[in-house]
Amino acid sequence: MPHLDAAYNLARWLAGNEHDAADIVQEACVRAFRFAGGFRGGSSRAWVLTIVRHTACSWLKKNRPQAMVSIDDDEFAEIEDQSSAANPIHGADKNVLRAALEALPLEFREALVLRELEGLSYKEIAEVADVPVGTVMSRLARARRQMQNHLAQKGASSK
Amino acid sequence: MNCAETRPLLHACADGELDLVRNLEVGQHLKSCAKCAAERNSIQSLREALQQNDLTFRAPDSLRKEIRKMVRAGEPAREDARPAEKIQLWIWKLLAAGATAFAALTILFWPAGMADHDRLINEAVASHVRSLQANHLTDVLSSDQHTVKPWFDGKIDFAPVVKDFADQGFVLIGGRLDYLNGRTVAALVYRRNKHPINVFIWPAKNVAPATSEGYHGYSVIGRDANGMHYCFVSDLNATELNELARLLAP
Repeated sequence: MPHLDAAYNLARWLAGNEHDAADIVQEACVRAFRFAGGFRGGSSRAWVLTIVRHTACSWLKKNRPQAMVSIDDDEFAEIEDQSSAANPIHGADKNVLRAALEALPLEFREALVLRELEGLSYKEIAEVADVPVGTVMSRLARARRQMQNHLAQKGASSK
Repeated sequence: MNCAETRPLLHACADGELDLVRNLEVGQHLKSCAKCAAERNSIQSLREALQQNDLTFRAPDSLRKEIRKMVRAGEPAREDARPAEKIQLWIWKLLAAGATAFAALTILFWPAGMADHDRLINEAVASHVRSLQANHLTDVLSSDQHTVKPWFDGKIDFAPVVKDFADQGFVLIGGRLDYLNGRTVAALVYRRNKHPINVFIWPAKNVAPATSEGYHGYSVIGRDANGMHYCFVSDLNATELNELARLLAP
């Protein structure tokens, strides 16, 4: 099955553990068969990821409603904490990065995973997450800012 | 660009999602603003850290097997499960070939879907316009048909009829080689008052005569005569252009 790794990666980052991710991917496959007629061309990977994302969201709503706290999506929201000096990240530890990414709100984590790990364009992310491109931009900006802050704190506390 | 304008674009810039002009503008600002440049570097270093630290999860083999089993067995969650081959075909068709085929079909068949007739008119008018724009109306500039005709010898594998019709109001200006309908063609250039006329000539091989009275303001007349195909193009009105057509290709 094409895009299985991409499907699993997204599910794993959204669900947070291996077992639930596998469940979500299996269910997404069933849906993919059912909705195969709904494929309208374009990127088949984005299409598969859209289905995985939908499946993951309904799964989380059912099993972990507390994880589904919706973030405030204001495109024009000031990117928080502009005052903190932007420091380049040097030799960040894999586990620290992973923890920082896991600590992000679902929508931010999703945007960052699709962008950095799956290499999707803004347009494709907008398609998968079913939001306007402007929202993708603001989510990515805020996600990165939160990660930078998280990493800066870790860096400070470990010194 | 100032900081306030640049800031919101820094992420899109780092993601390569800015258009060329804005990318250059942001780049210009970053050269002169250390604070924005630091922010841009910080974004970039976070991007690199995320991409280079192997944070991607690969599907475990157990899941891979499970999915393969599902595909082979058909869809377990549905009672009206389709035969395995059909599902496999669906997946293969939709996921692997769907996008490719759609793109390929669009690219391959769209231009061909345009009728030959329209395509020829389109090409002829484009050649006519180009010949006027590029200041390349004629390769051999002469109103003497005995100069123009020999000029074509050795350049093309046929001998077009070249006649001056100055007495009838169509002055021969010269000739040129051009490319039309997938081959090299002779182009004769006439002038009627102020209107330049291109006559494209090539040996006829089942050319559907392309005629149009108002293609973007140009008249196009196609005509077969003496074993040649003639294509007349001008901004002249169709009636007058037809006069030349009758003279040159009776």
